[in-house]
Amino acid sequence: MRQSKPQLIINGKRIDGREPQDLRQIKMEVGILKNADGSALVEIGGTKVLAAVYGPREVVPRHQEQVDRAIIRCRYRMLSFSTLGERKSPAPTRREIELSKVIREALEPAILSTQFPRAAIDVFVEVINAEGGTRTAGITAASLALADAGIPMLDLVAAVAVGKIDGVIVLDLNEVEDMYGEADMPVAAMPSLKRVTMLQLNGVLTPDEFKKAFALALEGINKIYQFQKEVLRKKYVEVEE
Amino acid sequence: MSSTPEIPIIPKIKLDTILNVVTKGFHIDKRPLLNYRNIEVVKNVAPNADSSVLVKLGHTQILVGIKVDVGQPFPDNPEEGVLIVNAEYIPAASPSFEPGPPDENAIELARVIDRSLRESKAIALDRLLIIPGKKTWIIWLDIYVLDHDGNLVDAAMIGSMLALAQLKIPYFEVDQVTGSIKIDKSRYTGSLSINRYVATVTVYKVGDVLLVDPTAEEEAIASASISISVSEEGNIVGMQKRGMGFFTEKEIEQAIDISLHKGKELIELMKRFSS
Repeated sequence: MRQSKPQLIINGKRIDGREPQDLRQIKMEVGILKNADGSALVEIGGTKVLAAVYGPREVVPRHQEQVDRAIIRCRYRMLSFSTLGERKSPAPTRREIELSKVIREALEPAILSTQFPRAAIDVFVEVINAEGGTRTAGITAASLALADAGIPMLDLVAAVAVGKIDGVIVLDLNEVEDMYGEADMPVAAMPSLKRVTMLQLNGVLTPDEFKKAFALALEGINKIYQFQKEVLRKKYVEVEE
Repeated sequence: MSSTPEIPIIPKIKLDTILNVVTKGFHIDKRPLLNYRNIEVVKNVAPNADSSVLVKLGHTQILVGIKVDVGQPFPDNPEEGVLIVNAEYIPAASPSFEPGPPDENAIELARVIDRSLRESKAIALDRLLIIPGKKTWIIWLDIYVLDHDGNLVDAAMIGSMLALAQLKIPYFEVDQVTGSIKIDKSRYTGSLSINRYVATVTVYKVGDVLLVDPTAEEEAIASASISISVSEEGNIVGMQKRGMGFFTEKEIEQAIDISLHKGKELIELMKRFSS
């Protein structure tokens, strides 16, 4: 049962003690699965998302292959126990089908897919624990996994959500803020090239609020991008030793 | 699993022609880039539906129908009525559409329309309640693409908004003893209350040029698009970037300006059609 809306901003601070422009605590790891060609785990606050990449590999079924490029296939899924409350049925929901497409289209502009004609690059995003921002964490993780798999890309893709809660524009919504806030806007971009690859808005913003929120999102994306580069660099230093 | 779609083969000569015309500031049918094609609306095409509207946007045809039903409100939102949006790309509409359950494109279309209507509070869902927490009207809004010649989202939103504006709530009686509800669809209690009109303007990127309302041929060579829903108050009430390409920050700002401007025009047009 939906409770009445809690106060989301108290004395200028958010319910988890953050300032409006703060990210939650971030932890990233790459190469966590043995079998996958690339893998990554991204934790942001209580949200935990695993991404695995296979490929470039042969396309099965064969008729799906494209002669001039690799196809990218993506599946976003929430594990049955990942959400608060009831168990989620493992059958794909309409939301998961949409998000699989949205995540694929967020990654697609970064991948140099024409280098692997007739091949497939498979991206699996599994939400282990959902506390807001699973699609953005999924994109961040998937792009790390793609890099870990050695797939040539123009840039990494980093993503974060911004939103409006109690009239304040904030970065990186958590579950409660997402549920009771006035707007939720996930954004993904290739930070070095300044290209936006995903933009969604669920809620109401005035044009001025949008500008402010969009700028805040790009700032947040840059911070996440620094984490991504650091964790990839660390892995290769370890390999050299 | 979502997979890279098969890109239709477009003869290079056609591709070059379209790009050439678009860079000069025109659609291939000689319209300026930011003009919509002719919009035609036919009301009540399916009299058995509680409301139905056929929208023609150039050669694109979309049929939107509504059936209302009494049921339970969602347990997580007992104070509001229920709106359920569905979309289907029927195989008659294009050689590339196949029979079967709605694919990711149809699901995305339905969810974009659903979110824009819901978040903008375009219709007064709270006034659909019959017995709070127990009984409510459920609005089933179904979108069928009959002929695909580009720009489906914008046409679907026009159709959905007009179908909702036409919708009349049937006469009903609550049995005080059993709590059951008798519906008489030959009489009406009143119209559905519309809080505000919402329009969706999709801005497409063809080459480096931004345009609205492409034909299917132009849409096929667009690298990306962004659907922006605007309310009659000039607020942004929904957004969704689609397609395999990207937008620069500046292009996003331009797209917002375009949609605020064109959205106002579409809303005026819709109001004229529904009066």
